[in-house]
Amino acid sequence: MAKAKVTFQDIDQTVNVPAGIRVIDVSEKIGAGIIYGCREGDCGTCMMHVVEGWNNLTEPSVLEEKVLRENMASRHDRLACQAQIIGDCTVKPA
Amino acid sequence: MSSSCLAPKHGRALMSVRDGDAVEIAPGVHWIGAFDPGLRNFDMILRTANGTTYNAYAVRGTDGVAIIDTVKAELADDFFARLEQVATLDEIRVIVLNHLEPDHTGALPELLRRAPQARLIISKRAPAMLKALLKPTDNQLDYELVDTGDEISLGDRRLRFLNTPYLHWPDTQCTYLAEQQVLFSGDVFGCHYCDPRLFNDCVGDFRFSFDYYYAHIMRPFKSHVRDALKLIEPLPLRLIAPAHGPVLRERPRRYVTRYRELSSSNEAFDQPFDASDQPASLIIFYLSAYGSTTRMAEAVQAGAESVPGLRVSLYDLEGGEIAPFVDLIEEADALAFGSPTVNGDAVKPIWDLLSSLAGISLRGKIGAAFGSYGWSGEAVPMIEDRLRGLKMRVPVPGLRLKLTPTTAELDSCRVFGRQIAEAMTNTPSKPETAERVIDFAELSP
Repeated sequence: MAKAKVTFQDIDQTVNVPAGIRVIDVSEKIGAGIIYGCREGDCGTCMMHVVEGWNNLTEPSVLEEKVLRENMASRHDRLACQAQIIGDCTVKPA
Repeated sequence: MSSSCLAPKHGRALMSVRDGDAVEIAPGVHWIGAFDPGLRNFDMILRTANGTTYNAYAVRGTDGVAIIDTVKAELADDFFARLEQVATLDEIRVIVLNHLEPDHTGALPELLRRAPQARLIISKRAPAMLKALLKPTDNQLDYELVDTGDEISLGDRRLRFLNTPYLHWPDTQCTYLAEQQVLFSGDVFGCHYCDPRLFNDCVGDFRFSFDYYYAHIMRPFKSHVRDALKLIEPLPLRLIAPAHGPVLRERPRRYVTRYRELSSSNEAFDQPFDASDQPASLIIFYLSAYGSTTRMAEAVQAGAESVPGLRVSLYDLEGGEIAPFVDLIEEADALAFGSPTVNGDAVKPIWDLLSSLAGISLRGKIGAAFGSYGWSGEAVPMIEDRLRGLKMRVPVPGLRLKLTPTTAELDSCRVFGRQIAEAMTNTPSKPETAERVIDFAELSP
């Protein structure tokens, strides 16, 4: 299975993960500082900033784009409950 | 129309607003809201001993009338009766929504139907909520977005807007009538208090209601309150017209001062742990049936205290009341909860405490759980799930021990306490040399 490395910058921790896993599934287990609300891409609570490896996350869906827009996301902000990891990346709470 | 306690200050009689009367609260500005004296419980979280009011206002300018907020749907008739005393529907140019919660927008669909020419004015965070509220079948909704400093002219007077998000919803804003120095503050400075004498200098003593409302509605958003006060405090204020409770015309600024007092007690909390003069605070709450979880709690405390720069507090939940613990939790940086497992669950006092925290912000605080158990030890993961649900971080996996802890197991409690402390101070004891990479499979389920 393809592997990727995701680094949580706020706690300075990198995790080897199977490609395709969502950021939420790793960050909650590792105790990173990204906070979750609805966990289904609706509330925008889990907005995170992608420091590196923007292209190594799955493309945001139309619905995620909408929630990001409504929450005034900056460039390279994503929802951690939606973004799946497909290559090495570094993230931190937005 | 104008009535009773409305006449200029001196010599005014303490009379009530007559049924159905609109009330002039400033030149060309009328209260057109509704009284709800029978309400005893608001939104299932607030008790109210004499009901509440839903305050809506009409502002007349030379170029038309602005309506600011509406009322709960069931009381729409009262709102329209008062509105029609002070304006005709075709005079309404704009409808300003300071807050979209249904108790203020209940009459909005009917108002839009009766005054289709009126422009809706909402804050920039409000469109999604407006659509969810009105559910337009054709998905077409016309509105104008405003931000801090934006103005709308009514001819001889202007409405200026203050973006005040999270007081207490993302969409909330205040509207300022500069010429009259009137602040339409939405839920800010409001309270659930129903008295038909309407004005703060005429109604009964509502101070407890004002503080109670703040504690339950605004307190979770303290830092946003402080941001909003930076916008509000410089304004000359002759009158504050909130969306609930008395209209504040007598010394309105003291209510602003009260918000400053209530929101400032804990400025240091928002600072990063290591940037504050105060030591970071860890509070350990526990309950114990046979003393095992007590011994664990004491060992967790000892482990945490081995890390310098922390203040660690230990409390047996059996010996305290919820309310002071909630105050402590609000100020703490990290919380650990120790519970035995009884019949597959954490014990009730833990849940009583963890279900009493809606009035404070826990976002980003560190949480941890531990406990002794006999059969299966469900309490610890259940508490961890609740802590995550409360938007806390749970960086150290919970610690469960079967029945009486051994010396070695108490050592693991000390390590657990130290790890929590290290997570608080960002000083992990792992060697700094190697790159900190772990495998996903190593993470606990």
